[in-house]
Formats: sequence, C-alpha cells, structure tokens
Amino acid sequence: MRKLSYILCALGIAVLFCVPAVTEVADMSYYLDFTTRVVIFAMAAVSLDLILGYGGMVSFGHAAFLGVGGYAVGILSYYGITDGFIHFGVAILASALVALFIGMLSVRTIGVYFIMITLAFSQMLYYLAISVNTYGGDDGLSVRGASVFAGVVDLADRDQLYYASLAILLGMLLICYRLIGSRFGMVLRGIKSDERRMIAIGYSPFRYKLLAFVISGVMCGIAGALLANQTLFISPAIMHWSRSGEIMVMAILGGISTLFGSVIGAGLYLGLEETLSRFTPHWQVLLGPLLVVVVLFARNGVLSLIVPRRAKTRHG
Amino acid sequence: MDDALLRIEGLVKRYGGLIATDHLGLSIRRNELHAIIGPNGAGKTTLVSQITGEVRPDEGRIVFAGDDVTRLPPNARAAKGIGRSFQITSVFLDFTVIENVSLAVQARAGHSFRFWKQAAGEAILRDPAHAILAKVGLLDRADELAVNLSHGEKRALELAIALAGSPKLLLLDEPMAGMGPEESLRMVKFLETLKGQLTILLIEHDIEAVFALADRITVLVYGRAIAEGTAAEIRNHPEVRRAYLGDDEEA
Repeated sequence: MRKLSYILCALGIAVLFCVPAVTEVADMSYYLDFTTRVVIFAMAAVSLDLILGYGGMVSFGHAAFLGVGGYAVGILSYYGITDGFIHFGVAILASALVALFIGMLSVRTIGVYFIMITLAFSQMLYYLAISVNTYGGDDGLSVRGASVFAGVVDLADRDQLYYASLAILLGMLLICYRLIGSRFGMVLRGIKSDERRMIAIGYSPFRYKLLAFVISGVMCGIAGALLANQTLFISPAIMHWSRSGEIMVMAILGGISTLFGSVIGAGLYLGLEETLSRFTPHWQVLLGPLLVVVVLFARNGVLSLIVPRRAKTRHG
Repeated sequence: MDDALLRIEGLVKRYGGLIATDHLGLSIRRNELHAIIGPNGAGKTTLVSQITGEVRPDEGRIVFAGDDVTRLPPNARAAKGIGRSFQITSVFLDFTVIENVSLAVQARAGHSFRFWKQAAGEAILRDPAHAILAKVGLLDRADELAVNLSHGEKRALELAIALAGSPKLLLLDEPMAGMGPEESLRMVKFLETLKGQLTILLIEHDIEAVFALADRITVLVYGRAIAEGTAAEIRNHPEVRRAYLGDDEEA
C-alpha cells in the first residue's frame, strides 16, 4: 500500500509540474490560474490538517491567516515595497505573531470552545480589515506590485508564481510528513489521542499545541501572501468565516490526518466550484449533498477510496 | 529525612458537604508495596487524584522525595517521578504498542522539540520500550495497533506506559479491574517481580491479591485511615472486619 501511495504522489507531482507547459500549448492559460489557486488553497488545507488531523484542534478561523499574509503583501505594496523577501518575511512574522496570540488564548480549550474562540478572532480581524479605510476597507485593496525576489523571481509572472507555489506546497508537505513522525509530532498526536494520559506521563500539552498552531498559522499565512500575488487584490472577504469553512471542507473532503488528502480536497472543492457554478450561481446547493455522501461513504475522505488507510497491523 | 518516599499530612478534600478525604495522614516507605483498600466511596480515587495532582486538596501537604509537591501540576509531578496507571484503561488506541511505550520513554529522554528526525528510528526510545514490552509480555504484539489488543493486553500496556517513565513511585489504580482470574493471577505475578525495585501504591478491590502482594495495607473508610498494618494485622483487625470485610466472615 505504501508503494502505491508513493507512485500516486510521484504521478501527481509530475502532472502538476507539466501544467504550465500544457496550458501554454493548449492556449488555456485560465487553467494555469485555476491550478495555481488549487495549489495555494492546498497549502491552507494542509496547514489546517496539521493541527486538526494530528493535534485535534478544530480551527474555524484559519482564513484569518490567509488575510494576514495577504494584507502583509497588499499593504507593503501600497507603500511601494515589492521586495519579495520583505513581503514574505513580514507575512511570516505577522501570521506567527497573530497565531501566537490567538493560540495562547485558545489552545487550552477544547472542542466547541476552541472552535468558537478561533472563529471569534478571525471575525475580529475581518471587521478590523473592513474598518481600516486607508487600506480599502470593505472595498479591498489592489496589490500595486507583486513580490520580486532579488530581481530574479518575479511573482507577477504566471509561470513563476505557479512554480514557486508548487515548490512551497511540496516543501510544506515534506516538512509536515517529517514533523508528524518526529518527537514533536508524536507528542502532538499523543495529545490528540489522550491528553490526560500525556499529562500523566509528564508532558505539558500547552506548549506543543501552541507551537503546532503557530506553525500551521505561518503556513496558511504564506498561502495568503501567494494568493495576494495571484489575484493582485486583497479584501476582507478572504477572512470571512465562510472561507474558513471552505478550507475545512477541503481538508475533510480529501481526508483528515492524511496531509496529501488536503491537496486532493482543495482540487476537488475548487474544481466543483468551477464546474457547478457554470450551471447555477447556487452551486453550493449541489455541493452540500456531495459532502454528505463523502462523509457517509468515504468517512476518511476521498483519498481513502484510492489508497486504503493503514491496515490493522503495521510493520516498520 | 526519613525513609518515606511519599508523605501525606492532614490532607482534606471536600466536595460541597461531602468530605472525601478527611485529615488523612499517610506515609509510603521507599521500595515498599503499599496497598490501600476500602469500600466504594471511601475516597480511594480522590486520594490518587490528589497525589497525581489532578485534584487540589483543600488542606494539608503532599511531600514527595523530600519536596512539597502540593501545588505542582500533574505533568510536573510525573516529571519528578510519580507514575500512574488509570482505572479505566487509558492507552493511545490509534498508536501501535511500541509507539505507546516509546512516547512514554520520550518524556524522560531529552526534550521533544525535535521536528525532523523520525522518532521511530531513535534507538534511545525504541530499546527501552522493547525492554519494557518484554517485561510485561507484549513484545510479540509490538507492531499491533493498541485498539486491537484484548482487555488484558491493554491493561498490561497501561502498566508498560507507566513503567516507561521510570517512576520512583508507581500508583496503580485497580490494575486488575475487569480481568479474568487467569489474567489477574498473571498481573499479581508480574507485580511481584516489581517488588523491591520501586515504590508502589496499589489501589485494588481484589482483596486476595492485595493480601498476597502488599507489604503494608491502609484501610480507608469515609476518607479516613482507620487502620494500617501488614496483611496479617489487617486481616484480623476488628474494625476493618466490621467496616470492610463484613462481620460475618470467619477468618
């Protein structure tokens, strides 16, 4: 089974790698934009799966970090700064600080309380963005210049943006896969499995959960910064609670606690949005039943239909 | 300093009008197996929770290895060497058996803020975990998911996790709970092998197991220690027989 998932992963990466060339030849540049969007939202979904699937933290405010990363790029460009290192440096730092603050107040709580606190903070940031008129308020803010890295990589270039996003997504996946098997990851999963037992063997759950929350927030913040580069526009809508819900749907569709499933979930969700919305603006009416079907018949997400979850015994 | 590893002085815990622990004094000597018996509602579990730190006492002190730990949170007490097993089996069900024990070893083997190296490949975690699994007889089940173990195996794993932290004091909250006679016997035999290597505080309903294992026994009734002594002394203590063993039982 392991072999199969490796092959599928390699195949998926190969396909994703060819997208710019194929869309170029077929003259369908729109689909390059679409795939870029999938890759960026996959990051957000993977970042959520890291804390949801392995830390048991159901964050219902993850879109806040998309906003923080996005506004970092938007606001810096507003002041004429287009240096990519500064853009992404600020995006990372800002989302880390916001995650640290939200995390300190939320990770001690569990279940519904955690959901409500993360939701409340993301709504606060949403209304903050609406109320600051300097940066467009409700109308949003045009990103005046995309990120340029030392004059070499320019994210205004569609192909470069795509490859940069793809590389970052793959990097994040690799980091997450290492992380969940590391000492830190074992502790995180132990806390999800039985927090009381973890305390009894001497662990203090707070610091591990908090750090995981910050790592996740930063990953989502980077996705936000890339998203701002893609749309060259940022508005409070990016932080709306329904956006947080979408990220969660992506992670659930693909399969919680699989990481790679989130990538499939992001593709599936955005693909459905794309196709269904051609038939009706109320495409979510069709999405709802589909989600029910997935939850009922593929409880571990779409990925589990392709690669069955780990067998009853594992070796090595 | 005396030879007591754990000393409890004037411990009081009230729940509203109910007094669960009533000015309890208790002294557990190093390397002895000390059992606590008592009827349901005697406050045994409340006492365990106060020793582990999950419940804060209203009055009194808990001194462990010479340090006052009354205000320490549970994880800090565990780090000091107070290990425990739970009455209701509490293992990481979605982990393999070896992962369960390795995770407990990890709590004592350096810090856990390592993010890249795979824990499964660390000999410093695996080797002690294997040794403990061999001790409790679960080595051939090492790669099984804990959820697939039988009840008796889960109880053994529960104990293995507690032992993996190399505690100075091991609190065993009804380790034989829900076990058949054969499994109980095996557990008693295993606990016998631990005797003298570490200090054990045993809470157990199985009175014969307690009499067979304990160096000393404390009888708890309504949160107070009404008697303390060796198995033979407790067996013949008149108040104990009235309160706990029942008047009608002939010795």
